[in-house]
Amino acid sequence: MEIAVCVKRVPLVGSTFILTDDAMAIDTSRIGATLSPHEENAVEAAVRLIEVHGGSITLFSVGSAQAEEQLREQLAIGADRAVLIETEGTEIDSQATAAVLAQAIDQDTTDFDLVLLGTESADSGGYQTGIRIAHALGRPVVTNVKGLDITDNKATCERAVGAIREVYEVQLPAVISVLDGLNIPRYPSVPGRIKARKKPVDRLSIAIPEPTTIRTSLRVPQSADKGAINLGSGQQGAKALVEVFKQIGVM
Amino acid sequence: MSALPSKAKVVVIGAGIVGNSVVYHLAKLGWKDIVQVDKGPLPNPGGSTGHASNFIFPVDHSKEISELTLDSMRQYKEFGVFVESGGIEVARTPERMQEFHRRLQSARAFGIDHSSLLTPEEIKAIVPYIDETIILGGFQTTSAGVVDSLRMGTLMREDAIEKGALTVSANTEVLDIVVEDDRIKSVVTDNGAIECDYVVIATGCWGPKLAAMTGTSIPLTPAVHQMKDIGPVPMFLDAKSDIEYPVVRDMDSNMYERQHGTGLEIGSYAHRPILYKVEDIPSNAEAALSPTEFPFTQEDFDLQDEHALELMPEIVGDESIGEKYAINGLLSLIPDGMPILGEAPTVKGLWSASGVWIKEGPGVGRAMAEDMVLGVSEIDWHGEEYSRFQDFQFSHEYIQARCAEGFNKMYGIVHPSEQWESLRGIRVSPLYEREKALGAFFFEAGGMERPQWYEANAPLVAKFGDAVMPRTAEWESRWWSPIINAEHLQLRETCAIADLTAFVVFDVTGPKALDVVQHSVVRQMDVAVGKTIYTPVLAPNGGFKADLTVMRLGKNHFRVVTGGAHGMADKKAFANNLPADGTAHISDLTSGMATIGLWGPNARKVLESITTDDVSNEGFPFASNRLIEIGNLRVLASRISYVGELGWELYLPVETAVALWDMIWEAGAVHGLIAAGSGATAGTGRLEKSYRAYGNELETSYNMVEAGMVFPKVKAQDFVGKQAYVKHRSEEPIAILCSLFIDDHTSSTGEKRYPLGWEPIVTREGELLIDSKGRRSFANSAGSAPSLGKHLVMSYLPPEYAKVGQELAIEYMGDRLPCTVALVGSKPLFDPENERVRS
Repeated sequence: MEIAVCVKRVPLVGSTFILTDDAMAIDTSRIGATLSPHEENAVEAAVRLIEVHGGSITLFSVGSAQAEEQLREQLAIGADRAVLIETEGTEIDSQATAAVLAQAIDQDTTDFDLVLLGTESADSGGYQTGIRIAHALGRPVVTNVKGLDITDNKATCERAVGAIREVYEVQLPAVISVLDGLNIPRYPSVPGRIKARKKPVDRLSIAIPEPTTIRTSLRVPQSADKGAINLGSGQQGAKALVEVFKQIGVM
Repeated sequence: MSALPSKAKVVVIGAGIVGNSVVYHLAKLGWKDIVQVDKGPLPNPGGSTGHASNFIFPVDHSKEISELTLDSMRQYKEFGVFVESGGIEVARTPERMQEFHRRLQSARAFGIDHSSLLTPEEIKAIVPYIDETIILGGFQTTSAGVVDSLRMGTLMREDAIEKGALTVSANTEVLDIVVEDDRIKSVVTDNGAIECDYVVIATGCWGPKLAAMTGTSIPLTPAVHQMKDIGPVPMFLDAKSDIEYPVVRDMDSNMYERQHGTGLEIGSYAHRPILYKVEDIPSNAEAALSPTEFPFTQEDFDLQDEHALELMPEIVGDESIGEKYAINGLLSLIPDGMPILGEAPTVKGLWSASGVWIKEGPGVGRAMAEDMVLGVSEIDWHGEEYSRFQDFQFSHEYIQARCAEGFNKMYGIVHPSEQWESLRGIRVSPLYEREKALGAFFFEAGGMERPQWYEANAPLVAKFGDAVMPRTAEWESRWWSPIINAEHLQLRETCAIADLTAFVVFDVTGPKALDVVQHSVVRQMDVAVGKTIYTPVLAPNGGFKADLTVMRLGKNHFRVVTGGAHGMADKKAFANNLPADGTAHISDLTSGMATIGLWGPNARKVLESITTDDVSNEGFPFASNRLIEIGNLRVLASRISYVGELGWELYLPVETAVALWDMIWEAGAVHGLIAAGSGATAGTGRLEKSYRAYGNELETSYNMVEAGMVFPKVKAQDFVGKQAYVKHRSEEPIAILCSLFIDDHTSSTGEKRYPLGWEPIVTREGELLIDSKGRRSFANSAGSAPSLGKHLVMSYLPPEYAKVGQELAIEYMGDRLPCTVALVGSKPLFDPENERVRS
């Protein structure tokens, strides 16, 4: 089974964040980067599928040269190779991202049975890339997946809608976008890291289409102060904690 | 946020291990009205303490750091937050095994009794998951351990709060520190302003930002230390406690590994130096983890993964074990690798306790509090004084360059004389080009280039033959040359010129200048104009703060000359005694004044030939100073010597120094004049004259009586340390400074070895000598005494051993070399009646 997983490097923010002076991006000069969390679930799902079905995993990412850091991390988890379509680092819209990824997947020498990705990226949250890739490749798509099983070239996908559980069956090749809760992503091991250093990260040059969604500016929403509350220590703290548990209905 | 008082005695900024220790000890010593603020939440405000590895290896080659660490361990134990896990440093190279012998020396000299060397098999028995086949051996310290520094901090704050001495305000950011008339006035926070007498900056890597609010600077840089925690490790699943296996330091890889619950923490000081600016640190809210836990950069750790895998393949090579947590943790680096402690040189009441590790935190807290409350601390920390830096050492580029260079020395094998490589040749003497032409090998003193010896004198090595005491062992030959001893011998035979421009020179002037100088030093300063006085400077406990010379140049004019390395701190010792009304001033002449030494039996002949002034013994007696004309120059000459020869120190403006050098050089040719470096003029020369050196024999742990420096009379005027000095004079000394000769240098390998200082002095049977105050005997100095044909050691010995002829031994690189007491007290071994100096 050949699996493509699309991933994105995003800023690693704390409880608040600062925008650049032109309000067009998050100021990342003092903070780090990570992978969109749902994509970690996607890679984990891919690794588990390969463990059962055999095959290989190829990562695809559109982003700055630094995105290699995130790709290596996932290569350490168990992906086999990565393809980076390098940009200058500025955010590109969902249409362009999907078009570029679809083209990269399509022209790759591997025929992929399955394209996995997170339902949305952690920073821009467009919720479209998976659907647009599926459309471009002419494949079926299931989004918001929290349960995944593949037998006989058929994917059984579960998703939660409120208290209801929806189950879809879809014939491969297909595109599936996942949510957290699908699995618990594993941590990279040291031997995994060492192997990852030798795995290929290919650079692919694809012209980025003109954006159709124009970002005019960003705004940080007002949020209530979510600072930690010290409930106390020792016995007194335990009592206060019980009260909180009661309030939120877990006791 | 608790309400802040509007007034306090002291505001301590920072609630990491250092700030917490400072408030605890201040309260313990009786101070009230202490306020502690931190911009982060409690108990973990987000600084380096919060992500520290928390293990303590007590052995260090610095006596001060060892003592601060031992005191800290005692305190951690007192609070019940210390687990004695033991620690093992492992060697992959023979050089490291020799270093372990040296570490054992330092352990025994500085009071750590639980160290020993181990074979690979012995290590395997204690640490079953190590691959013993790739190591040559180890250095074990069973008293090493792991602490809970956050818990310790909480307990310390609670203690001070219980005493009614402390108000703590977390989530409180300092916006400004107000200084008025060079003195702390108040601290402005986002939770109100506090008027106060003292501010202590105990904020680790944020120090520079806070110091900048006062118009001064703390020369440190935030830097990354990488670590990752892997687990769960199957073989640790049954661990009954957090720490069951000793911490392992893989010294030659600059790494450590330690079991921590079910995990294995792997840390590194091997990666490239990753330095930040304080502005780059995010706020608590911006940071995903804590402000000092930056995202891990794997590419900097790639090699370390391989090294960890080599050493502990069973665990690190297990693919089922994941990295649960990995960070680029921020810590503070200082250009010279030592903490920055004490009062700021330019702002009264502003104190720094910066660049301190978990292992020294509580000890530093105690030392700072004692110094603030009592004026002196039990533990000497002169090497860490905030006031030690020269102005250029505050520049960003300097800090970054030296910290980058120092980072990988953390686990390195650092020779005691090792010189820095980066940013050399910045602060140079006006004689630099002359010295380079003579092949000077430069050492740095106070950031200034100073010739240690001159390759031009290499032919003298052959002339003096074995008298230069050649060395074969690589370690003792490093940063050393037999030319030093050849220069020494030639100086004693003819004469030498020496560049002493690295000296710190400052004037005390004004109507109250005499009072300031009197109050600062031990000896009588109300002397005739033209006298030069050598004098110690004491701490309130009667220990040594400095030793230096003072020239009286006028009724209200004194010139102080002191060593380059510590002179800036000496200047502060005088500045502390300046009256508030401006009736005395200190002006620093260091950068304007060149100093040239001219010493040796022929020194007078040389000087006579270029001056018309009377420089005869009668006309210019020892310990006097006078303006003389040399050629067309006017030069302040002072007849004094640190090498024990006839001669002068000649002071003149830097721009004329080359002219004087050339005149002396030319005139000296017929008198056998050479240029001599500090190796001879500040090293070997003083050793055989029993002249004490500050930082070696002289420090706050020892007093005048013990150092054998008692003067006949105690002056009537008050001075710092007088009360203690008078008391010490009436008591028997608890230790006595002696000089010892090494009788046989032959080591167990047959090679002759030469101790370099700080090694334990023991009985011939190997018993440590410990005086009744618990101080151990060690080599305060060790080096060649070429004119005596001996290798000489100075050491404080308990009185029962302080007898000429007493047979003892010095531990060196695994051997015990026999030595014998040659001198008790300070009467010189070379030229005991000082005939040469006074000729």
